[in-house]
Amino acid sequence: MAKARVVITLKETIMDAQGQTVEKALHNLGYQGVSDLRIGKFIEMSLDGGPKDQLESQVDEMCRRLLANPIIEDFQVEIEQ
Amino acid sequence: MSTAAKLRYGVVVFPGTNCDTDTWHALHDVMEAPVDYIWHEDTDLDGFDCVILPGGFSYGDYLRTGAVARFSPVMNCVVDFAGKGGLVLGICNGFQILLEAGLLPGAMMRNVGQTFVCKYVNLRVESTDTPYTRAMARGVVLRIPIAHGEGNYHADEATLAELKRNDQIVFRYCTPKGEIAPEANPNGSLDNIAGICNRERNVMGMMPHPERCTDALLGSSDGRLVWESLLGAS
Repeated sequence: MAKARVVITLKETIMDAQGQTVEKALHNLGYQGVSDLRIGKFIEMSLDGGPKDQLESQVDEMCRRLLANPIIEDFQVEIEQ
Repeated sequence: MSTAAKLRYGVVVFPGTNCDTDTWHALHDVMEAPVDYIWHEDTDLDGFDCVILPGGFSYGDYLRTGAVARFSPVMNCVVDFAGKGGLVLGICNGFQILLEAGLLPGAMMRNVGQTFVCKYVNLRVESTDTPYTRAMARGVVLRIPIAHGEGNYHADEATLAELKRNDQIVFRYCTPKGEIAPEANPNGSLDNIAGICNRERNVMGMMPHPERCTDALLGSSDGRLVWESLLGAS
């Protein structure tokens, strides 16, 4: 059994209003050094075996078809066997 | 008016849809048009002329708004139906589903203000060349309510240029005088876009709720214009 972890974030070119709001809140708490805060989603799942590259391309396809919206989001896939 | 009704309407019901009965009421009771509900597991749209994806929170808005609804059995049929020229209108969550399904270009994001916005807004009619707006006059300002947390429409520059070139922007948020201004934009939507149609003009999505204002008693009857436009469509 392999584990897949997917991190989904808004594309760099898209303003992350939620991220900006949270960044401001951190500044208000005194963490002045914080910048470029982005908020995304984390998804993990177990997968039946198979070679790592095959699992990677399978999860990549899942991201493009359902898990992420490629118009506004980027995703990163990590497979752990 | 009732006898002029030519189209048979279907209102799709997903788990979490909550504007289905309002839409049914607008069509059945106000417009006196033939209308049936379509369950999300149904796979037969025979006999319908216009399919409406109403507002709500289909599948709890899990993952992204419309992302799961788009894969429900009925949606394959809706895609085929639209491809054959059938009329498909998505309101609010229905608009979000049409975007996820690729029937309309672009994507919807969280409102810039991070809050759910529920209020009357002013909309400028940008195109009357659709079956949904043909009873309106271009440039006219309508008062129709919105109620959404994710109505911040986004498209890349090329898509926006294409929308403009093909007259696919149908409604934009405006001031009471009809000016397109940042302060009239309730959600950060690109170019104040509130509604668009596809190139073929048979599919339209809009965030405002025309089914909620079909009677002056409810504060506005401007929503009727959408249904009246459809009555004349063939």
